[in-house]
Amino acid sequence: MTERVVVTGLGVIAPNGHGKDAFASALREGKSGIRFHQHLADVGFACQVGGIPENVEEIRSKYLSEEELLAMNANMIYAAIASIDAWADAGLKRIAPDSDEVDWDAGAIVGTGIGGMDTIAEKLVPKTDAKKVSRLGSTMVEQIMSSGNSARIAGLLALGNQVTTNSSACNTGTEAVIDAFLRIREGRAKRMLAGGSEGHSKYIWAGFDAMKVLNRTKNDAPEQASRPMSASAAGFVPGSGAGVLMLESLSSAQERGARIYAEVLGGYVNCGGHRMGGSMTAPNATGVRRCIQGAVAMAGVRAEEIDAINGHLTATFADPREIASWSAALGLAPDEMPLLHSTKSLIGHALGAAGGIECVASVLELHHGFVHGSLNCEDLHPELTAYAGRIVHETVDRPDLRVIAKASFGFGDVNGCVLFRKFAN
Amino acid sequence: MDQKQVFDDVVAILKPFVKNPDALANVAMETSILKDLKVNSARLVDVVLEIEDKFGIEVKDEEADKVKTVGDAVTLIMARG
Repeated sequence: MTERVVVTGLGVIAPNGHGKDAFASALREGKSGIRFHQHLADVGFACQVGGIPENVEEIRSKYLSEEELLAMNANMIYAAIASIDAWADAGLKRIAPDSDEVDWDAGAIVGTGIGGMDTIAEKLVPKTDAKKVSRLGSTMVEQIMSSGNSARIAGLLALGNQVTTNSSACNTGTEAVIDAFLRIREGRAKRMLAGGSEGHSKYIWAGFDAMKVLNRTKNDAPEQASRPMSASAAGFVPGSGAGVLMLESLSSAQERGARIYAEVLGGYVNCGGHRMGGSMTAPNATGVRRCIQGAVAMAGVRAEEIDAINGHLTATFADPREIASWSAALGLAPDEMPLLHSTKSLIGHALGAAGGIECVASVLELHHGFVHGSLNCEDLHPELTAYAGRIVHETVDRPDLRVIAKASFGFGDVNGCVLFRKFAN
Repeated sequence: MDQKQVFDDVVAILKPFVKNPDALANVAMETSILKDLKVNSARLVDVVLEIEDKFGIEVKDEEADKVKTVGDAVTLIMARG
């Protein structure tokens, strides 16, 4: 006997909006969160645009005490804000900090790709090299340990079930949702916060700039810089933030009369093994297809029932290959494909947060009945011409939207795919 | 150094770390930093660093270990004055 798993809460802090309502509006309106950032230009980045959540200085003190903020970097702050929002959105009350009560049925898998690199670069390394180890204070470890974001969430919300931070590069957030889904399905937890977070920092993004995988051609037109599926795509735009979903067993959600946004039908993660064309930085197309097919099989839906795909689609050479893999995996001709779109066209590639934010986007689209437009692919990549009729450029209302597939593919040749369905009892 | 001023400075240093703000309203020399103000014990390291910076002194580990109350910190600082 396995539990059905539903989404009962959403939390998101993205470059184009904080909170599910602002984010849903931004998606619907095609609002870009990509801006020029002088601090990247100052240190010689070729790509000087990025997606950073705005007004966080004003927001954060409403969520976190001064004492908590002293030991939190951007990654942790984003994770905490999205998690607290998801918790509240699910209609759950917070246990007081001075209470001895623990919620043994609730846990968190909130991952990160890079983690506390800004803390390491700005504090740990300079002070250590200056022989000032004793001046580091007490807050280093909790900010640089990989599990720091989830550990902080556990304390804020008195979580007593599994609390961990997964990491699988750009697949991190989607993998977290799938792992949490499986845990609840097995009956090991009633509620899990699941998603991903990533800070913004020149130190987090510099390695990608050095690899020349970031778009360096649109510094003067930031909102045009993130161009998934475009003929003029020239690399991704780095992003940051957090997206967290409250996943809950259907029985728990119904018992407490919670609002249900969507059902998680199935999910699958795998790795291409760096073979058959796969590598540390490129996907094995067979692995991608197997991942998609595994998720669809678990979901128990026919390919024709999938209404939309929120792709990984970062704006690199891999976009046409990704869509070819979707077509092959689903056994659908280009003109039979679900609607195709990329949230990264609006917010950039938020790395470890990408899957979490984009799962939130997918669930909001199901809930509100729309598919948001993908910006900046008016000049469609020539290999995607056959799919032109299925690529969404401007937001379309789709009140009949029932099933949406979300996938993420990351460095390390790792893949994740999850299917959500509008809830029907 | 003026003891009242040192006391106020120590309280100001402690303030961000205090988890029981109500206790700050009646803070006194005998107020326990851990038990009354509910400062996380790990954060005492940071409090000592800030005291060192503020007053230009060096606090040895064995001296820091003896600081239990606000008054202990004030006395330690005054002794260096």
